[in-house]
Amino acid sequence: MNKEKPRHPVEQFLRMDRMPHIWCPGCGIGTVVTSFTEALRKGEMDLDKVCVVSGIGCTGRVAGYIKLDSFHTTHGRAVPFATGLKLGNPELNVVVFSGDGDIVGIGGNHFIHAARRNMDLTIIVVNNFNYAMTGGQVAATTPIEANASTSPYGNFEYPFSIPYLAEASGATYVARWTALHIRRITKSIQEAMAKPGFSVVEVITPCVTLYGRRNRLGDGLNILKYYYDQSEIQHNADPRNINISYQGKLIVGKFVDKEKPTFLDAMNQHLNKVLGDDYQKYGKIREDQQ
Amino acid sequence: MKKNKADPKGVLTGTHFLDGDFSLAEGALAAGCRFFGGYPITPSTETAERFSERIPRVGGVFIQMEDELGTMAVLIGASWAGKKAMSVTSGPGFSLMMENLGLACMLETPLVLANVQRGGPSTGLPTLTGQQDMMQARWGSHGDYEIIAISPDSPQECFDFTIEAFNLSEKYRVPVLVMTDECVGHMHEKVVIPPAEEIEVSERKLYKGPKDQYLPFKPDKDGIPPMVKAGDGYQFHVTGLTHDERGYPVINAECQDWCVRHLVDKIKNNADDIIQIEEDQTDSAEVVVVSYGISSRVAVRAVNKARKEGLKVGNLRLITVWPFPEKRIRKLAKDVKAFVFPEINYGQVVHELERCAGGQCKVVGVPHMGGGVHNPDDIYKVIKEAAK
Amino acid sequence: MVYFGELRPHKGKIHIIKDRCKGCGFCVEYCPKDVLELSKEYNAKGYHPPFIKDEDNCCYCQLCETICPEFAIYVTLKNEEDQGEKEQSRP
Repeated sequence: MNKEKPRHPVEQFLRMDRMPHIWCPGCGIGTVVTSFTEALRKGEMDLDKVCVVSGIGCTGRVAGYIKLDSFHTTHGRAVPFATGLKLGNPELNVVVFSGDGDIVGIGGNHFIHAARRNMDLTIIVVNNFNYAMTGGQVAATTPIEANASTSPYGNFEYPFSIPYLAEASGATYVARWTALHIRRITKSIQEAMAKPGFSVVEVITPCVTLYGRRNRLGDGLNILKYYYDQSEIQHNADPRNINISYQGKLIVGKFVDKEKPTFLDAMNQHLNKVLGDDYQKYGKIREDQQ
Repeated sequence: MKKNKADPKGVLTGTHFLDGDFSLAEGALAAGCRFFGGYPITPSTETAERFSERIPRVGGVFIQMEDELGTMAVLIGASWAGKKAMSVTSGPGFSLMMENLGLACMLETPLVLANVQRGGPSTGLPTLTGQQDMMQARWGSHGDYEIIAISPDSPQECFDFTIEAFNLSEKYRVPVLVMTDECVGHMHEKVVIPPAEEIEVSERKLYKGPKDQYLPFKPDKDGIPPMVKAGDGYQFHVTGLTHDERGYPVINAECQDWCVRHLVDKIKNNADDIIQIEEDQTDSAEVVVVSYGISSRVAVRAVNKARKEGLKVGNLRLITVWPFPEKRIRKLAKDVKAFVFPEINYGQVVHELERCAGGQCKVVGVPHMGGGVHNPDDIYKVIKEAAK
Repeated sequence: MVYFGELRPHKGKIHIIKDRCKGCGFCVEYCPKDVLELSKEYNAKGYHPPFIKDEDNCCYCQLCETICPEFAIYVTLKNEEDQGEKEQSRP
């Protein structure tokens, strides 16, 4: 170990010239970012080929802090933007890192279609149960009865269950953790990034200033702890039965991990079959697809 | 700005009998476009169909997205992955693409979007022509920005102008709109596709310097920042937020001033090189008919009829609608009695013409509400009236 | 304390970047060896960063480093010559 000043290991992946970041004291996004950079450090991958795409919202600011090819796009369109990157250069390892509002709220249509196509993307969804950036409005994931700035009398709409939505749409890897499961998040992200196909890693994350305050859930530490204490690891649980009720049980774990040709695999296989030599193969054909 | 020959793989050399929609796809392939994201919408869908049929043999990707929001986003992503990317749409889709067209401008992303216009507003006349999206083309997204819009009037020009559109978008790192309409899109005519070596194709200016010093938005002398593509280790960041040369968000008035001026001036300062118009007997004219796209073909009949009766009528066709040829119009307005502007809408680009004429001459629009082209006699009557 | 020949548990050296801390207390709560505690002093922003009660107990588990949402704390191996243990031998 040479004697130069030791540095926080995460700094090699972050734009330190943009620190400190904007997230509130006790918000879990920073923790998920650290778990993500751990996955980058541990996974033997070509970091030049890793792209991070974020949409709009608190988690939408992640791309701005990651020192890789990173894109901060419009609200809800991180997934199709990432699709364009992946199809434009199939060698890229594209990670969408955004919030629940951005991915399954306004971006829902793109999420289900990219999953349907089994587009080779890794989707990290930081779920803090509300639109925090804009002041804590109710979201597609807000549990029933939870208070939010646009459900001041408590939310009465049925929320999505992200793993259920992902699996039903066709995702081939789905996992859910809370922000305190830092090592498991890292492992899931590693698996998701290594696995071809549509991989979703949902992280239930404390939102202190908005969701936490409006529902009197205490500070970041209280919420982080509460989610962890409420969580129960059930690998391969049926995503149909893991809905989240307000401050209720949080079934976490890896629910889906199956094999299915990705969009590009299916394209190459099918068109090769139909057109034979006329077909110009697109992108590097993975060895096992030869 | 590298200019080289077209990649023969995409060039369907020969003489064809094609409609405008097909020609748009062939132009894209000839220009080196290997990525098409689209969504079906009459009267433009044939372009997507043609591209999806041709691209497997040429090598590239066609993807039909779930909606036009995703379509525009997938184009920007593909462009930043190094691909020339295109889509085609019509009114309703065009409206859905506006937000991300703004993102494309903010990230200074080369891409081409063709709008085969149909009667509007709303669902309007899906199968009939219109030129009613021209102001939306210029101002459709929010905020100050500048794009380039060119308007073909025939399948041959659909082919030629799509190549030109790609060259402009690659050169100026800006989205370029090919504003045609249903009439041209569904009209079959002869289309001559030359050999690949006779087609000039531009490629985006790539950054060559050290990897850790790349600034995605630092303009060169010509105002255009060099580009890189994802996956080459430049570790660049781009954002839709107001940003500085590094691509880092900077949320204050000073940076906004630089950012917006840069996006707009990049096109304004190069307008003379960008703008293309066709003029015929405008120097000695008393009345000049100004038009673009399909309306310009109809106007020719009216102009000839008026000339036969000894009227001094000039004809000026806008190949580039945006940026508008302001200088030429200001000069011409001094010498003519009136401009006559037939377009298939209730009056849109005519306002721009009137602004530039600056009151130096009469400006008379010949509106048509859509669903068909003008009757040449209607234009002829206005010319006669204006010549008095 | 040595066992199985010369194997010894890791010892970590804790580095705290005080001005990045926002006093959320995650590290203090989840340090398995209770090495940390929020200090009385303020950092530049008026938060109470943690201080090291007794570094000897630190077992180099890097939990504080990974859990900190502000990237404000990390650990390095106290004596690098530990029987070939490398910085990369992280769990």
